Amino acid sequence: MAATVPKRIRESTADRAFLITIYIVLSLVVLAVIYPLIFIISSSLSSPAAVTSGRVWLWPVDISFSGYKALFNTPEILKGYGNSIFYTVVGTFISVVLTIMIAYPLSRRSFFGRNALMMIITFTMIFSGGLIPTYMVVKQLHLIDTRWALLIPNAIWVWQVIIARSFFKSSIPEELLEASEMDGCSDMRFIWSIVLPLSKPIIAVLVLMYAVGQWNAYFDALIYLKSADLFPLQLILRSIIIQNNSAGAMDAAKMVERQQLAELLKYSLIVVATLPVLVIYPFVQRHFVQGMLVGSIKG
Amino acid sequence: MRKHWQLHLLVIPPLLFFLIFKYYPMINAVLAFKDYNVIKGIWGSPWVGLQNFRLFFENPLFWTLVKNTILLSGYLLLAGFPIPIILALMINEVRSTKFKKFVQLVSFAPYFISTVVMVSMIMLFLAPRLGFANIALNFFGLESVNFLGEPGMFRSIYVWSDIWQTAGYSAVIYLAALAGIDPTLYEAAKVDGASRFQKIRHVDLPGLVPTIVIILILNVGNVMAIGFEKVYLLQNPLNLANSEIIATYVYSIGLLNANYSFATAVGLFNSVINLVLLVTVNGLAKRVTNNSIW
Repeated sequence: MAATVPKRIRESTADRAFLITIYIVLSLVVLAVIYPLIFIISSSLSSPAAVTSGRVWLWPVDISFSGYKALFNTPEILKGYGNSIFYTVVGTFISVVLTIMIAYPLSRRSFFGRNALMMIITFTMIFSGGLIPTYMVVKQLHLIDTRWALLIPNAIWVWQVIIARSFFKSSIPEELLEASEMDGCSDMRFIWSIVLPLSKPIIAVLVLMYAVGQWNAYFDALIYLKSADLFPLQLILRSIIIQNNSAGAMDAAKMVERQQLAELLKYSLIVVATLPVLVIYPFVQRHFVQGMLVGSIKG
Repeated sequence: MRKHWQLHLLVIPPLLFFLIFKYYPMINAVLAFKDYNVIKGIWGSPWVGLQNFRLFFENPLFWTLVKNTILLSGYLLLAGFPIPIILALMINEVRSTKFKKFVQLVSFAPYFISTVVMVSMIMLFLAPRLGFANIALNFFGLESVNFLGEPGMFRSIYVWSDIWQTAGYSAVIYLAALAGIDPTLYEAAKVDGASRFQKIRHVDLPGLVPTIVIILILNVGNVMAIGFEKVYLLQNPLNLANSEIIATYVYSIGLLNANYSFATAVGLFNSVINLVLLVTVNGLAKRVTNNSIW
């Protein structure tokens, strides 16, 4: 992109100062973003005493894995982890399939009722019945306190439909459709053997966005679930870190030690809950950015 | 149409989804005008007209809730809106591709942290005794502060953590708009001897205006819809004076106290104000700048 700009032109001192300022500010931004993350990770790897006495500043102090050990000894956390994996896998599958089912027809110019349908779905972006009326519907359908409550009521995000639709519109050539219609190919067949294979990039974006959304979701679980057996990790996280419910019955002599461990556990828990997303993130960032752009351009 | 029946078949399940989970709740919102009775159900319950709304307007909490909602999202809008633009303009100036990618990679990352984790981090950092912020304060010989117990600090904590989390993500759209600016404009600016700053001022910024307007409309249209999740998680009895917003009130009155009709009325009031705001700002923007979302 920048290749056409001639490099040899000498920059004025003011310009260079300006540029240096920008580099400094951006470096500070990077530091400000990254420091809390490093701090959390370092704390999770330090000894309980080091964490609670505030000796951790940047790198781990007295490296220990006791936080992680405690975490793996807490059955509710493991259960929550398992549940979250289930919700993420199944929920993502349902969401992606439904999104493609509506986005593809919406991308076809010949599709009857396309504008009306588009209006119907975009209107839900700017107006909603509200929390209680939605809750009542879920209740009337007897989904309260079932796994379905986390998989179905928020399965389709309008924004993802718009992104997918723009993708199909711009990357499935009309000629391809005409040619296969000539050969007597049905719409289903066309979708299955031509559209889907050509749409791997957008499917990847949909999978990633929905998966991250499901993994991070807690609100639906908060309002629709009652049985602790069904709780996703985020809800467990809330009860342990935010509501501070980790302490069971405590032996007075061991209290300090326990308290320190409980404190450390919080850091490890944050790391473990965020890890799956942050590990894949650098590999897929490009796709996320692309997905966002496709959506925003066609808005 | 007959030829493409398969496409229509395909659309049915997603369409049902929207009808059942998005439109049916809109019908259920008649609850706002009823005195809900579990046994009689939504339709069997007696109509009460605007009584639920009147109850809300006369409620001593009414102005506090409206004020808290507007101040919180107003603050977020004022502080959070320009920062991604500035960030994008700065990233755009960087010539080293590696550094550029690195800044983007890092600043984008916090977006993927869940709300629960974000709030957990805030609580760990700002904890009264063991939190990093207080340890640092003590280190410099300052008194500890109970950050989350101070109502006056609630908004700043909310807003700046939000900026920390989303600025890099929001900057991406502006970066895309910047990449789309006609290169000849830059060359012309160069020929005219524009400095870097003048180039930003006279080429970059005008090029961003359409994007800025659209994002601004969307943000203003969300003023009343400010996220329930994070506010709710950050709330505690000490900061409630500033942290109780309409959305959290609907949750506690509606779901925790099972006062369905009243909570629906409050929620409906909120949605309608939001819709009115969106339509107004969109109309204004259309008239003033010729940009709008519809």
